[in-house]
Amino acid sequence: MPSIHSLRLIVGVAAIAAATLAGSAFAQTTLENASAKYRQDLADGNPADLWVARGQEMWKEPRGPRKVSFESCDLGLGPGVVKGAYAQLPRWFADAGRVMDLETRLVWCMVNQQGYTHADATKQTFGNGSRHRSDLEALTAYVAKQSDGVKMNVSLADPHVREMYDVGKKAFFYRAGTHDFACATCHAADDLRIRLQYLPNLTEPAGAQKAYTTWPAYRVAQGETRTFQWRLHDCFRQQRFPDLIYGSDLSIALTTYLAASANGAVYAGPGIKL
Amino acid sequence: MADPMKIRANLVGDSTEVKVLMSHEMDTGLVKDKDGKIIPAWWIQTVKVTHNDKVVLTAQWGTAVSKNPFMSFKFKGGAKGDKVTITWVDNHNDSRTDTALIA
Ligand code: HEC
Repeated sequence: MPSIHSLRLIVGVAAIAAATLAGSAFAQTTLENASAKYRQDLADGNPADLWVARGQEMWKEPRGPRKVSFESCDLGLGPGVVKGAYAQLPRWFADAGRVMDLETRLVWCMVNQQGYTHADATKQTFGNGSRHRSDLEALTAYVAKQSDGVKMNVSLADPHVREMYDVGKKAFFYRAGTHDFACATCHAADDLRIRLQYLPNLTEPAGAQKAYTTWPAYRVAQGETRTFQWRLHDCFRQQRFPDLIYGSDLSIALTTYLAASANGAVYAGPGIKL
Repeated sequence: MADPMKIRANLVGDSTEVKVLMSHEMDTGLVKDKDGKIIPAWWIQTVKVTHNDKVVLTAQWGTAVSKNPFMSFKFKGGAKGDKVTITWVDNHNDSRTDTALIA
């Protein structure tokens, strides 16, 4: 079912593209070409912008039992500062006593400043259509967008962050589960693929940079904007590991390892992925 | 209520290039939910675009158009600051109208 759904999406949009570009040799285009074309057409019309717009509204509004806006939420650069915030996360937060990525920090602000329970704040971490939208996905997309064009700069100077990086790297190569897979089984060599899907080599700076700087991303096959926590959660599933808990230390360790591996590259998200 | 559209309208030579993103589920009516029940079709049926008060595009859509549709088109004329207004109506008779100024 998902594959039929994604095919329809590509065909549907290709039909629009064909209407706007008279005479394009639509019939011959392979799926791969159609996908590339689709991405190109959407370069300045990425549906992730719809999530960014919603997140921007939410950022300013008084929220939760205490009616506090995110403008008092400190992402590491001062209360309410979003410009460049995503490019320097994860980082150590003394008030929370934890290293946190953006999503975990947003949840922390919702609980500690806005007065939500943790269960309420994490009720819909990943959205499912317009009936079950995720505030966290919209907020994450909005904040990430404010780092578009900013160089990735995750500092490992703080020993807590350094430890997270080391644990994340270890976890990346740790084989376990029914298939004895590690992240590295799929992501530590060039030119591996599963069916038509190329697998990035995340142990090389180029691979890690290209991947990390384009999340969050609009997933065409799902019609949803997904975050890095979602990406990790879904790879845990592919790896036949137990559910990765949203905001868990393990999720932050892996994020720290991959984000720091992307240091030096210019952040360019939210992206668009098939 | 439906989310706002994202509309960009730019003067390029003697035409106006419009790009619009709409927020809509566009359910085909062919997909089942996880309990095996058909998710009923729900889609944008008509789209109308006006430049100031003149209609420059009307469209009738079916369920083959993707979720969160993106549409781009050009029309002759237009001047910076003119209004481009877009309205869609879906099969629930829900609708959304947004306006952008030509830049
Ligand atoms: C069974 C193979 C497999 C395993 C194991 C696996 N992944 Fe993945 N991973 C994939 C596939 C397939 C994709 C999607 C590639 C695409 O969409 O182009 C992906 C995508 C990713 C991406 C996004 C790449 C991009 O360019 O957007 C990241 C980051 C990632 N995986 C990290 C991990 C981490 C961390 C682990 C270990 C917890 C892991 N993966 C384990 C198969 C795997």
